[in-house]
Amino acid sequence: MSYYEPKDLDRFGEIGQFRGELAEKFFDYYNTVTGQDGALTKREKALIALAVAHAKQCPYCIDAYTTQCLETGANPDEMTEAVHVAAVMEAGMTLVHGVQMHNALRKRGAM
Amino acid sequence: MPSPLFEEKLAQSGLDLAPLSVETLQVNVTRLCNQACHHCHVDASPKRTEQMSRATVDRCLEILERHPAITKLDITGGAPELNPHFDYFIESARALGRHVMVRHNLTVTIDGNPQTGESKRYLPEFFARHQVEVISSLPYYQEFFTDKQRGNGVFKKSVESMRMLNEQGYGKSNCKEGSGLTLNLVYNPVGAFLPALQGDLERQYKRELESKFGLVFNSLFTITNMPINRFKKDLERLGAYDEYLTRLVNAFNPSAAEGVMCRSLISVGYDGRLYDCDFNQMLDLNLSEEAGKTIYDFDLDRLLNRRIIFDQHCYGCAAGAGSSCGGATAK
Repeated sequence: MSYYEPKDLDRFGEIGQFRGELAEKFFDYYNTVTGQDGALTKREKALIALAVAHAKQCPYCIDAYTTQCLETGANPDEMTEAVHVAAVMEAGMTLVHGVQMHNALRKRGAM
Repeated sequence: MPSPLFEEKLAQSGLDLAPLSVETLQVNVTRLCNQACHHCHVDASPKRTEQMSRATVDRCLEILERHPAITKLDITGGAPELNPHFDYFIESARALGRHVMVRHNLTVTIDGNPQTGESKRYLPEFFARHQVEVISSLPYYQEFFTDKQRGNGVFKKSVESMRMLNEQGYGKSNCKEGSGLTLNLVYNPVGAFLPALQGDLERQYKRELESKFGLVFNSLFTITNMPINRFKKDLERLGAYDEYLTRLVNAFNPSAAEGVMCRSLISVGYDGRLYDCDFNQMLDLNLSEEAGKTIYDFDLDRLLNRRIIFDQHCYGCAAGAGSSCGGATAK
């Protein structure tokens, strides 16, 4: 038994059992942003969401947005590239802190 | 939780899907195919032997001649070009002035007949000469998805075959149905998911196929995979059958349901038996005695007054934007 059961995603709406009006606002916002073409197409939004899902390591979202990407016509090349964008952003965010390390090294007269 | 019965769902939506016309005679002339695709609802393959006889082809032609209201002949299989009477069927139906559509898998032109070795390279010129509307499966505009579904090497052969059709003039103009040389492509998902919006995919296909391969076509039809036969077995192997059916049920769209193709066509099996559609044909859901069981009992009035046989697979035609041999159905 894992903490993450795929079927639990179908129960997401249960969050509205208490303070339902907040859940309603969230789902309305969510569906407006992701469920239709806007300045970005649904397909582009699905690829962004897939990348974010990987960066945040959310198994529910990876599952859901893999399907959403496929159902908006995306292919494994595009989906993999989106995951690489997430990965290089993570790597870049780690590496750019090297400048802070340099600052600290200089402060200590070690650089 | 078991899925609601399709007929119950129709009733809940206030729909009574009675036949509207018999505009199209869809004839499945063989289960033999040069390919053995994962999603194939016919379970077609190079080993199948079922073939429509010349007598049954002649009877179909007789029905067309007798009923001018049946304006279209839609020939499918298997790879229909592998029926020995295929050329005769097309020539005769065209001589009767019928619009003829062929569900052509593209690769048969390159592969030829897998049982006899007979070459089929004449097909593009033959289709053009008889002004046949060519409707070809190409599950994606890239090699990976296409070959995954249809077998190794299929994408490259499909590109070569499309090029031969383009050279004959196919797909080069946005002509109206029934005039010019129309090449339409069919997309169906490579796995357990619903098709993207037809218009969006068509734009992607056109852009990619033209920019990468210099290929053109007229329209793209999106078709949902039916959870029957080979695709059903695939879903069961993946443990995804229930999830897929739930997905179809949840995506039920009354507007798509209203446009289901069984309301305007009759499907004929290789042995002459009659069905509401090619899917029902593969599930052996033969029309009743009252409606007429075979092409030899063909009676247009009785067919227009029949009850269409629905079952759970019909959710596939009514999901999302809908699905038919002519693509999405939702208005």
